[in-house]
Amino acid sequence: MSAVAHPIVDHNVPAGEPPHIHHMDTQTAYGAAKLGMWLFLGTEILLFAVMFCSFAVMRYYHLGEFHDASKHLNIWAGGFNTIVLLISSFTAAVAVTKAQKGDNAGVVKNFGISLVCGLIFLCVKGYEYSEKAHHGMFPFVWNSDFYHYKNFLGLYFCMSGLHALHVIIGMALLYWYGIRPAMNNRFSGKYYTPVELGALYWHLVDLIWIYLFPLLYLVG
Amino acid sequence: MSHSNSHSHGHDEVGHVVPESTFLKVLIALLVLTVITVLAAQVDLGKWNIVGALLIASVKASLVIVIFMHGKYENKIIWTYILIPFILLAIMIGGIFTDDPFRSHPLPFGAQGQQAAAPAAPKAPAHH
Amino acid sequence: MAAHASAAVNEELNYLNWQKGIWSWLTSTDHKRICFLYLYAILFFFLVGGVAALLVRTELAFAGPTIITDPHTYNVLFTMHGVFMIFLFVVPGIPATLGNFLIPLMIGAKDVAFPRLNLFSWYVYMIGAAIGAIAMFNPIDTGWTFYAPYSTTTGTSVSLMVFAAFVLGFSSILTGLNFIVTIHQLRAPGMTWMRLPVFVWASYATAVIQTVATPVVGMTLLLIIAERWFGAGIFDPSKGGDPVLMEHLFWFYSHPAVYIMVLPAFGVVGEIIPVFSRKPLFGYKMVVVSSMAIAAVGFIVWAHHMFVAGISDFSAKFFSIVTFLVAIPTAIKVFNWVSTMYKGSISFKTPMLYAMAFVFLFMVAGTTGIYLAMLGVDVYYHDTYFVVAHFHYTIQGGAVIGLIAALHFWFPKMTGKMYNETVSKFAFAALFFGFNLTFIPQFILGMDGMPRRYYDYPAQYQTLHTISTIGAYLNGFGYTFALANLLWTALYGKVKAPRNPYNSHSLEWQTQSPPIHENFAEIPVVTDEPYNYGTPTGRGH
Repeated sequence: MSAVAHPIVDHNVPAGEPPHIHHMDTQTAYGAAKLGMWLFLGTEILLFAVMFCSFAVMRYYHLGEFHDASKHLNIWAGGFNTIVLLISSFTAAVAVTKAQKGDNAGVVKNFGISLVCGLIFLCVKGYEYSEKAHHGMFPFVWNSDFYHYKNFLGLYFCMSGLHALHVIIGMALLYWYGIRPAMNNRFSGKYYTPVELGALYWHLVDLIWIYLFPLLYLVG
Repeated sequence: MSHSNSHSHGHDEVGHVVPESTFLKVLIALLVLTVITVLAAQVDLGKWNIVGALLIASVKASLVIVIFMHGKYENKIIWTYILIPFILLAIMIGGIFTDDPFRSHPLPFGAQGQQAAAPAAPKAPAHH
Repeated sequence: MAAHASAAVNEELNYLNWQKGIWSWLTSTDHKRICFLYLYAILFFFLVGGVAALLVRTELAFAGPTIITDPHTYNVLFTMHGVFMIFLFVVPGIPATLGNFLIPLMIGAKDVAFPRLNLFSWYVYMIGAAIGAIAMFNPIDTGWTFYAPYSTTTGTSVSLMVFAAFVLGFSSILTGLNFIVTIHQLRAPGMTWMRLPVFVWASYATAVIQTVATPVVGMTLLLIIAERWFGAGIFDPSKGGDPVLMEHLFWFYSHPAVYIMVLPAFGVVGEIIPVFSRKPLFGYKMVVVSSMAIAAVGFIVWAHHMFVAGISDFSAKFFSIVTFLVAIPTAIKVFNWVSTMYKGSISFKTPMLYAMAFVFLFMVAGTTGIYLAMLGVDVYYHDTYFVVAHFHYTIQGGAVIGLIAALHFWFPKMTGKMYNETVSKFAFAALFFGFNLTFIPQFILGMDGMPRRYYDYPAQYQTLHTISTIGAYLNGFGYTFALANLLWTALYGKVKAPRNPYNSHSLEWQTQSPPIHENFAEIPVVTDEPYNYGTPTGRGH
């Protein structure tokens, strides 16, 4: 007979009640969620990997143009954005610790800072893009002087654009799965999975930028 | 992460709680590394610029993964799936770079009239 | 393996009848019902892709225009055949259907790790299919491979179709992710990794490929869209780009994708042959190792699709050598299957016929693949009908036959009914004979130099083309008959299946047919090795 009697369909319930269906136990569910999120982050890394690879190939063929085109990017904006994301990553990590300690207000505060940082990041990005459009270095408004920057700039917009999209998604996750439940005191040492998973996604956003910034802005 | 299926509900496993101070130290390290990488880019080291930039970026990435993302406490399975994307990226670039630098007929360039700025590729043996 | 599950619930109640109505199906997170959601969808697209194939073959039956009057329409048709078959049929294929149904049952779990994500993946798949349908209003003619710069400059609905493929890929990723977590986290007590049925191992290897390879093609497809809309020029030579780069990125996924298609079929065959030989699977450990090895090595061989695309000699030689390597684990499997049958007590039921056909057809596929791996030979064979025949032997003779075998083998489990053996054998015969009649002439056509994707050809090739077309019709008839038989039996059949008609020892057969919604009344505890058929001690190799 079974060494461990674990009924999925548990008929041992008060009379008149339907049988109780057992789901995964908490620990298995937590492990599953974490593995699932890491796998998903892996797919996101692979998505960007294609563009890093294309960047490597195009740079190999057009080193001069890449160096020149890169100089047209605003290092101050890029550097500032790097610092903003690093800080937001810090507060996201702190938020997990807060959740583990049951400090829901701490979760709201720290994820809130991460969210605001994300917003700042997007504003700076928007400023950069509008500057580019102003100078004719943007799709649909290309200035023929800059045609030979198209390879670099095409990759720049694809990479930073897709990254910005992930910043937006991350912000939504932080709010919906972190801040909102925390405002209802949802989290404690026994249950903080959404905070941890949301933070993981946010760290990914930071990770990608850690590579994007030097390649696009500094080295070219 | 166990598959013991002990099925006792209400496990009080908090898991590893990393103190805020640790995160702060890592943040400072990351900011310092950022400054270093910007300064290093101002110096012209030729092809070593990109190597250095990627190395510093990788140190930063490792700090984020190991500390911020609690990688330090994760098991082999999760580490396998953390590493697989990077390994695949290496295979992707590696495989493609068995091709491009060794072509005996470099890319033709069209209307933009650009020339390959490629460093001297090894001459392919005479085939037709 | 001895499992101690007991069906404490009402035998009549099962996952099919405990909730009724279309809405209960469309909102069900039950992996067994999701299997059917996927199954009907993929079989529909199999039909559409098959019709496209028959139109192509009808056109090619005779030299000169036959039923299609312009080459563009012909190009659209073979593109649609490829797109429907690959993205909408074979890639979801066994994993989304039988994988969904069987994995939780085989590991002794109630469902997959993320049931709602599972249902969501089906909706994503359907959305992808819908986007593809919209793209059909200005259908593309690029071939399913979407090569640049034609795909990035031509006027048809490339962006829409390519985006559809991206969405379908996302569905594939979600399925793979779900299966990886399920197999890691939800195995029943005593179900160690080395006691898993080989179908689960094959599904695990497939799920890994699905999860990590698909994002690569997803991004490549998005870059094609970016190229069309924004003109970045990375694939366009006139702008300093490299079209071969697109091919590298495309095949980086698309080669592992063929292992997504065929690995689960390997798993199916590995389940069927021991049961119908009443012998343990020969070399279980090597079958497991070879499944993972195929997945791994499959990632480093992609450029064998590009030998004549303009890659360097050095690159071509490297990829040729590595491609020979990937044949080794596959050969190991074939050896193991045949050795399982050796001195076994063979029962020639329909699933076994399909499994044996698989072994034969995949041998042809594999050996002709070796020819193509040889650089000098491939320079001649590339883009000829030899390649077309090779990949139809792998995909159809491999993956699709595997799917049909699986549908027959697990039919009693899934529906609780038994199909008519005579009818199914007859359909098998038509299918098998028709398939070979279609594609053996194509090997010869390829050797004679007939190029692929050509709308017309010189008269000297006609005889073989005509024979091939006759075979195609017979092949199509075989599939239709086989699937119609199963569908009819599922809906109207009266013969009730016993719980375990083939006396299989794996976990999914130890619960009732069809299973209850929760699969098992109690989580089983596994105490024995799999495949211990006909052994005195009950322990397998």
